[in-house]
Amino acid sequence: MHRSLYRFLHRFLRSKLAAFGLLIVATVIFAALIGAWIVPFDPSAQDIMERLKPPLWEGSEGIHLLGTEALGRDIFSRLVVGAQVSLLVGVASVVLSSVVGIGFGLIAGYEDRYIGRFLMALTDIQLAVPFLVLALAVVAVVGASLWNLILVLGLTNWVQYARVVRAECLVLREREYVQAARVLGASTPRILFRHLLPNVMSSVIVISSLLVAKMILFESALSFLGLGVPPATPTWGAMIAEGRNYIGNAWWVAAMPGLAIFITVIGINLVGDRLRDLLDPRLKQVEN
Amino acid sequence: MLGYVATRSVYALAVVFGVSIAVFFLIRIGGDPSALFLAPEASLEEIVRFRHQMGFDRPILLQYVDFLSRAVRGDFGLSLRYDQPAMQLVLERMPATLALSAAALGISLLISVPLAILAASYRGSLIDRIGLLISLVGQSFPTFWLAIMLILIFSERLHWLPPSGGGSWQNLIMPALALAAYSTAIITRLLRSSMIEVLQSDYIRTARGKGVSNAGIVLKHALRNAAIPTLTVVGLQVGALLGGAVITEEIFAYPGIGRLAIQAIDNRDFTVVQAFVFLTAVLIVGINLTVDLCYGLLDPRLRKR
Repeated sequence: MHRSLYRFLHRFLRSKLAAFGLLIVATVIFAALIGAWIVPFDPSAQDIMERLKPPLWEGSEGIHLLGTEALGRDIFSRLVVGAQVSLLVGVASVVLSSVVGIGFGLIAGYEDRYIGRFLMALTDIQLAVPFLVLALAVVAVVGASLWNLILVLGLTNWVQYARVVRAECLVLREREYVQAARVLGASTPRILFRHLLPNVMSSVIVISSLLVAKMILFESALSFLGLGVPPATPTWGAMIAEGRNYIGNAWWVAAMPGLAIFITVIGINLVGDRLRDLLDPRLKQVEN
Repeated sequence: MLGYVATRSVYALAVVFGVSIAVFFLIRIGGDPSALFLAPEASLEEIVRFRHQMGFDRPILLQYVDFLSRAVRGDFGLSLRYDQPAMQLVLERMPATLALSAAALGISLLISVPLAILAASYRGSLIDRIGLLISLVGQSFPTFWLAIMLILIFSERLHWLPPSGGGSWQNLIMPALALAAYSTAIITRLLRSSMIEVLQSDYIRTARGKGVSNAGIVLKHALRNAAIPTLTVVGLQVGALLGGAVITEEIFAYPGIGRLAIQAIDNRDFTVVQAFVFLTAVLIVGINLTVDLCYGLLDPRLRKR
């Protein structure tokens, strides 16, 4: 197991772009985990004398690497701490949607007749409502909080899992080893979880890695609109929303958090793309 | 072909029916919907009166039947803020959003289709790398951030374009560009990979052997087949475009349905939210149905079914 993992990592790193992506992802995870203890400034410490100071390379005097925002808080420190929310929301909502989507996909693929058709109709209904619209409306109804955000994102993004897993199950269930298991009297749950699930995992990993990137974008959009995590916690999306008001005289306040999102998402996408190339060439066709 | 059209249409209707259930329950997830519409300081008496007025005190099934029968006639009730029918408000703003989405889709097709064709024809070349870069970068930006950066550059610094508002073509440029980024990335990427796959197939080799010109092969033989999976994605992108339009319109203060929806959410005007979600869904289902039916035109094998 260790050996094959090592070999996989070796193959993975053969692409320089993917190695670069992995480096970005590792840095962001590092920032999220222990960034709060090593940042140069307290991310919520206001300093009215230091408000809207430009980044170091723009202004002459200064101790703030990426400048400060309207209340004089250090942007770099806020970005580092903001990584927590982005990653937590991204990963947790992907876990949730993968559980829902894999479950639906397995059942729909194995029992194709009624349940399968019904579940696929559900995915079509889900697709008919644009995600952002649905998430906005639901968050507006249930109220904004970290857990509501994760729930909403998780429960509105399972369609891709369901579709891909179902398509693979439709093929897998005709395989001899599955039929043999059925003839031997294996129960349906056993076939689903012991025989079908392991064989769809590589697709699931690929979808998940790319979906984390999307979720981070969605989270930032909802936070930007004020429907994300409550304002006490610094989040990248909310920081852009604040910076928007100073776009005329302090461009960095809005620009920096956007760059943080951009770099993080690019890193995750590079890793996801490499995983897709290595694990599942067929998936190239079922993008988006 | 007729059977295919009929099945697809009935299915689309079923999906719209499903959406109507979702829209109905949307405002009821948290329990009594009165709490959503009314301000927190509303008195008990007001709540009771409002519940009765809106019919929230009747059995849930009856409420749904009533909701559905009015919804099919386009009646979602009055907007509580504007005192106008909710659907009328949404419909009034619809053309602006359609213009924005169409402009964005036009921009992304104009960039992505030639780029993907060139990238697939000259694999590994500079243009292929540019294509890959665009498809990677384009889907890694938050749309709203790109929008703000466009305002920074073109309005604040260069003073070329108005930062907000609607009504003229200058107001359309920046929102359309911001909105086009994501679909450009997705379409470029998908069309490129399906073109590469098609270009390796046997019939392309036969065509080459016959002496068909390179342009003829790429444009006539390959593009038609590669267009089929891409068309599905373009159809799905319409949903993403309309969703993205919500946030883009908000930033540019562009008078479309997205801005209306966000204002309605702020104002607790949930009849408008319902009308908005329902209309968007119908639009998306309609477009995807059209895409499905277009397969018949692109792929003769489907006509016989």
